[in-house]
Amino acid sequence: MAESIPASHGDHEVGHHEEQGFVSKYLLSTDHKVIAMQYMFTGMAMAVIGGFFAYAFRMQLAFPGMDVPGWGLVTPNDYNALVTNHGAIMIFWVAMPVLIAAFGNYLIPLMVGCDDMVFPRLNRLSYQIFLLSAIVLMASFFVYGGAFGGAWTMYPPLSAKAEYSLTQLGSTIFVLAVALEFVAFLMGGINFITTAMNSRAPGMKLYDVPMVVWMIVVASILFMASVGPLIAGAIMLLFDQNLGTAFFDPDRAGDPILWQHLFWFFGHPEVYVVLLPATGIVAEVITTFSRKKLLAYRTILYTVFGTGVLSFTVWAHHQFVAGIDPRMAHVFTVTTLLISVPIAEMMFVYIGTLYGGSIQYTTPMLWALGFLVTFLIGGVTGIFLGASGADIYFHDTYFVLAHFHYTFFPIAIIGTFAGVTYWFPKMFGRMMNETLGKIHFWGTFIPFNAIFLPLFYLGVAGQHRRIYDYSAFPELAQYQDIRVFATSALLVMLAFQVVFLWNFFHSMFRGEKAGANPWKANSLEWAAPSPPPHGNFPDGLPECHRGPYEFSHPDREEDYWPQNQPA
Amino acid sequence: MSARPIANTRTAAGMPTGKLAVWWLIASEIVIFGGVLGSYIMHRLAHDDWAVQAAYTNTWIGAFNTLVLLTSSLSAVLAHQAAESGDGKKAARLLYATCAGAVTFMIVKAFEWTTEITHGFTITSSTFWSFYYTAAGIHAAHVLVGAIIMLIVASAAKKGRDLHHVELIGLYWHFVDVVWIFLFPLLYIAK
Amino acid sequence: MSEHASTEHDGHSPSHYIRIWWILVLLLIASVVGPFIGEATGIQAITLFTAFGIAVIKAYLVVKNFMHLTVERKYVMYFIVTSLVFMLLFFAGAAPDVMKAEGQGWVKPLWLEQAEEAAAGHGAEAGHH
Repeated sequence: MAESIPASHGDHEVGHHEEQGFVSKYLLSTDHKVIAMQYMFTGMAMAVIGGFFAYAFRMQLAFPGMDVPGWGLVTPNDYNALVTNHGAIMIFWVAMPVLIAAFGNYLIPLMVGCDDMVFPRLNRLSYQIFLLSAIVLMASFFVYGGAFGGAWTMYPPLSAKAEYSLTQLGSTIFVLAVALEFVAFLMGGINFITTAMNSRAPGMKLYDVPMVVWMIVVASILFMASVGPLIAGAIMLLFDQNLGTAFFDPDRAGDPILWQHLFWFFGHPEVYVVLLPATGIVAEVITTFSRKKLLAYRTILYTVFGTGVLSFTVWAHHQFVAGIDPRMAHVFTVTTLLISVPIAEMMFVYIGTLYGGSIQYTTPMLWALGFLVTFLIGGVTGIFLGASGADIYFHDTYFVLAHFHYTFFPIAIIGTFAGVTYWFPKMFGRMMNETLGKIHFWGTFIPFNAIFLPLFYLGVAGQHRRIYDYSAFPELAQYQDIRVFATSALLVMLAFQVVFLWNFFHSMFRGEKAGANPWKANSLEWAAPSPPPHGNFPDGLPECHRGPYEFSHPDREEDYWPQNQPA
Repeated sequence: MSARPIANTRTAAGMPTGKLAVWWLIASEIVIFGGVLGSYIMHRLAHDDWAVQAAYTNTWIGAFNTLVLLTSSLSAVLAHQAAESGDGKKAARLLYATCAGAVTFMIVKAFEWTTEITHGFTITSSTFWSFYYTAAGIHAAHVLVGAIIMLIVASAAKKGRDLHHVELIGLYWHFVDVVWIFLFPLLYIAK
Repeated sequence: MSEHASTEHDGHSPSHYIRIWWILVLLLIASVVGPFIGEATGIQAITLFTAFGIAVIKAYLVVKNFMHLTVERKYVMYFIVTSLVFMLLFFAGAAPDVMKAEGQGWVKPLWLEQAEEAAAGHGAEAGHH
């Protein structure tokens, strides 16, 4: 990404920096944009690894016992390690770093109109700890006994007792990696929140802040407020694993359900931690390409706050069949069904924004629309699982699996692609190829549905999760064709990602030059040159005069009205 | 890296950024301690029999450590006051006194734990002792980290630099003190 | 509010902080002495109050006078209180399961045993006294 960017030019104007070498400029920089790119490229690399794991275990499911090209024979232990680390990587090392850390780092200072994060060195440290956590996680594959295979939820005794977890060292390293990752994001989260609170441009009132900034800030707050019990739990679990304590061992007066509470008290808000930034990105994309004001800014804001508070009251719906108190199951059913209300409201506002707009079907817009459609399916199937009665039947089947892939895939993949394609001109100063972008969209969107829609059916048919080889179960072996179909769709989807990678890296150097504001959008990041130099706004920090969504204003000739333009 | 990186000093939220960040840090620490103490309280309420175990903890040592932390909090707040009136040297002296409190706390803790371990009450003895060492251990780690940061702040304050950091480390220190104020009755008094 | 804040901040003399410290020390002594009174009179409520009631008072004094939370911007108080409320939520959600020795489809055999043993042990100890 380096050569084509006249960034050193900007550095001189800011006057703080000498000409820098590659290492100090791209590896040790405190520039929020460079750190955002570090997060994004690390996240992309981890996504490739996580995708490869998915490929390996889907191949095993479709063709049991076959040597998987690129991996070899998937043993039962391999299978457990692959699904565990696929889940953990996709959530903690792909969705979190890309959606919160990369977009948060890149967008917050630009969108609130300041020169950098308030704690640039803390920011750099948070990335370095994050990178360390990724390396530690990968190291677990090479230790004695192999990687941890007790699911990303780390339930004891699978994670705590040698006779169940199979890999003493692997499970310890796994917990350590997750804990390190939390430390990195706590630092990052405090940075995001304080930057957005304190560094707003003169004139930018709370209701002038772009939605995606609000969403990332609320997501960071949710993360900070929910992760504590899990950090405490992780320390207790590490002691259980290595010092021989019995916090979660019922044979010695501990309580395994306590871990589930500690985990899901974090685990469920975590869903909203990654969901909110994705919906924020979608809000930006939808308003820009409908050339229309966001239908109800404050409504969305209140739904975000409502979602945030409610997300702390729903966690035990993951534990309906774990033997929790049935009276509590009633309470959590009600709260779980309640939380669909603000999210549905958000969806309606987006659809209302589209209504009557002059819609431009650009690549980012396709991704945003794809997000609405797929997340709708994910949300609606969640209703079944939130109701404790139905959940007893669906629990731990492929229905659950398909449901959360229909939520996480739109969040982590579709939302990310919407954001990357939308802000690519700002990040690298060049446009991505639209045709290739659209090919990539359809090549991802259709196979994605082809993978997971059949899995709903399999789940209702009673196919349990976490089983290595279904051919031993006659009543499930008959569905082998569906599994082969889903795996084939996965292969198609993975193949189409090559189109994206080519488009991404080719456009970075050879794409058509983008101006400062190629999409004719309003928010402050488009007032900076593309790509912005270190310090962001070489002509002086902008002032804010209006909200970010003043599109097609009746009094104006142009259909957009940048926030920094004086009235 | 010697030069300060680009960063602005705006205060749109009406509060210096450093202080805001420390308050957020404290909010996130509340939930960490909340997780472990909440878990402990649940167990404790369900187990009247833990009183037998808890009877072996030494209330006098716990009370002495509470006194040490309360006093170090006092010197931390006096250091803040000195820093606010611009007296970096005095602030540094008071911060060193606070650090001395931290060191005393840790020495007493080490003595206490050694005694308990040699009497056979280790972290694996029972779930009560597991919680006892875990909760107090997490707290002690905070004391240690706070003391190290305080030394750095104090050495800068002595030269009159970064005086606003004195208040920030003080805030953190008072929070650590408050946590101990709750740990003391939970671990030492409730028997 | 802001006027109040500035006077509070600057008006505190060292003697004010030392006075608070004395109150804290007295409260500490009370919380140590409390259990003895509680045991002597046989009213456990006294122990509970001197232990936890006084802890809350002490924490309030430190937070108000040393951390100056009450004169800080209002939103700081809100998010600190929110953190505490979330912990109460966590407790309310988790305690009904964790505090039980048996539930739907599970038992904790050792819990029941220990409780019985302790009850027996208590009886024996009481006999000694």
